[in-house]
Amino acid sequence: MVELSSAEAYCILIGSRIRSQLAYRVSFWLNVATSVAVGLVEFIEIYAIFANVPVFGGLDLRQSALVFALANMGFALADVIFGQLDTIPTYLRLGRLEVLLVRPMPLLLQLITADFQLRRLGRLAVGVLIILAVLPGIDLSYTTATIYLLVVTPFVGAAIYGAFFVTAGGLQFFLIEGAEFTSAFVYGGSYAGQLPGSVLITPIRILFTFVFPATVTAYLPSLLIMGLPGPEFLPAWLGWFAPMFAAWAWLLAWLAWHAGIRKFTGAGG
Amino acid sequence: MIAEPIVQLDDLRRSFTIRRKAGRLRRQTKIVDAVDGITASIQPGEAVGYIGANGAGKSTTIKMLTGILVPTSGRVRTCGYDPVPQRRQLAREVGVVFGQRSQLWWDLPLRDSFRILGAIHRLPTGDATARTEQLVDRLGLADLLDTPVRQLSLGERMRGEVAAVLVHRPRLLVLDEPTIGLDMISKERLRQFLVAERAEFGTTLLLTTHDMGDIERLCDRVLVIDRGRLVFDGTLPSLAERVALQRVLVVDLPEPSPDLCISEAAHIGSDLDGQRQRLAFSPKETTAAKVLAEVSAVTEVVDLTLEEPAIEDIVRTLYGVA
Repeated sequence: MVELSSAEAYCILIGSRIRSQLAYRVSFWLNVATSVAVGLVEFIEIYAIFANVPVFGGLDLRQSALVFALANMGFALADVIFGQLDTIPTYLRLGRLEVLLVRPMPLLLQLITADFQLRRLGRLAVGVLIILAVLPGIDLSYTTATIYLLVVTPFVGAAIYGAFFVTAGGLQFFLIEGAEFTSAFVYGGSYAGQLPGSVLITPIRILFTFVFPATVTAYLPSLLIMGLPGPEFLPAWLGWFAPMFAAWAWLLAWLAWHAGIRKFTGAGG
Repeated sequence: MIAEPIVQLDDLRRSFTIRRKAGRLRRQTKIVDAVDGITASIQPGEAVGYIGANGAGKSTTIKMLTGILVPTSGRVRTCGYDPVPQRRQLAREVGVVFGQRSQLWWDLPLRDSFRILGAIHRLPTGDATARTEQLVDRLGLADLLDTPVRQLSLGERMRGEVAAVLVHRPRLLVLDEPTIGLDMISKERLRQFLVAERAEFGTTLLLTTHDMGDIERLCDRVLVIDRGRLVFDGTLPSLAERVALQRVLVVDLPEPSPDLCISEAAHIGSDLDGQRQRLAFSPKETTAAKVLAEVSAVTEVVDLTLEEPAIEDIVRTLYGVA
């Protein structure tokens, strides 16, 4: 008999998680509803700003909503896959990481599949709804390039936010109360990504573009989609290089993660 | 050709730096040698008991030989691998039960944990199913398969844990305190299973425990560790020659009585004016039942308990003799 391929193995792992979540229907749908509500509340927060200023960071309400929706979709996808990495401190405290380390599957993949939460897709629904609502109101020329950006941006965004989760996950090995740090880092990054990058003050703008490329998850591609120029240090054409920013973010993530594991095996928890 | 040892430790050391606050800004650092130069090897098929007091360095050793912890110095090889850099290859040959830390999926039925572990080890589905069925049958888990793990009793869960690490047929089975907190029947059931499993597959066993009963039933060799150093490495009979592995039968009598004087056991103490008496005997020469029968012939016994030799006492005696 042949060995299972990695893909088959992951399907079994994720399948069992999904089945267990669907086993309790009411609880599952309540969780989805909560997740949708979180997405909506975040949007209302941004809407409150837009409603009071006609132009926000050079964008009107609909344009800003597009940035928000694209960022939110990317973040939601990343959250489905990597969201449970903020439980690492719990694993550390309960000494459960040792158990995972004596299995022949990379630790990161075990953590991801250990608590794969479908309900987090609720947020994705919010993003999709907003995009469907605002797109008709924005003056766009639907060229191949625009359509490419609209389709690809949420996935590249997911890759970048996923890298944030992993980076924060790796850093948790060095921190005593890591969960707060992860939240600050990941949600801070996601907040920066949902805003028009032009409203960020210059150092923050540079930090969240060239170090932690949050503005690349939605703002820069949105500028390209809408044919607008970018603010200082943030030319719109950078948006074409989003996949490269994602690769950079993953390099950081890889380094942080491996440093974290080395720290753990070096110190023994 | 001599087979390569399944575990080889050469002058293995591990120290931890402990930082403590000393005053407002100063910090005191103290280096603790958890494992302080251990050399030992375990051949394939052996069953080795690894005993020592709490904090003696047992878990640290196990973490180093499974690749979870980097040694400070010295060398460790497990199943022919260098554990830390080759941790994942090694994981396919080793099964580890950390007694206190469950590896089962808390909220899923037991059945799912087996299926997931089969997948993690990339076992062909048919192979994993057949092996799981075999383990389920031998450990009496059939009725529990659909129960979420969180609802299992400790004894049931521990049988599940042992089954879970054997699904991928490891060459080396490491059990860290597998019987802690289990009642006599659960312990015995687990021991019987392990004896049968080893007889059939020749699995190497490394067992840490506080229960001398585990050692006597399962192991043909004992390593005793104390404060990071190996203080004994030999067979169980040779350990018994150096330290008395005596059982103590504690009997409660209906009223204060003079010290019992019986042939099968030695009186080693009385409490409450002789209402509770302690009788030591060697399990090799007699049985608890014989001692009890002799006591019952003399006086009525209200209650009784049987005490196993404590690891701490064994370690202390080893020092006394050495």
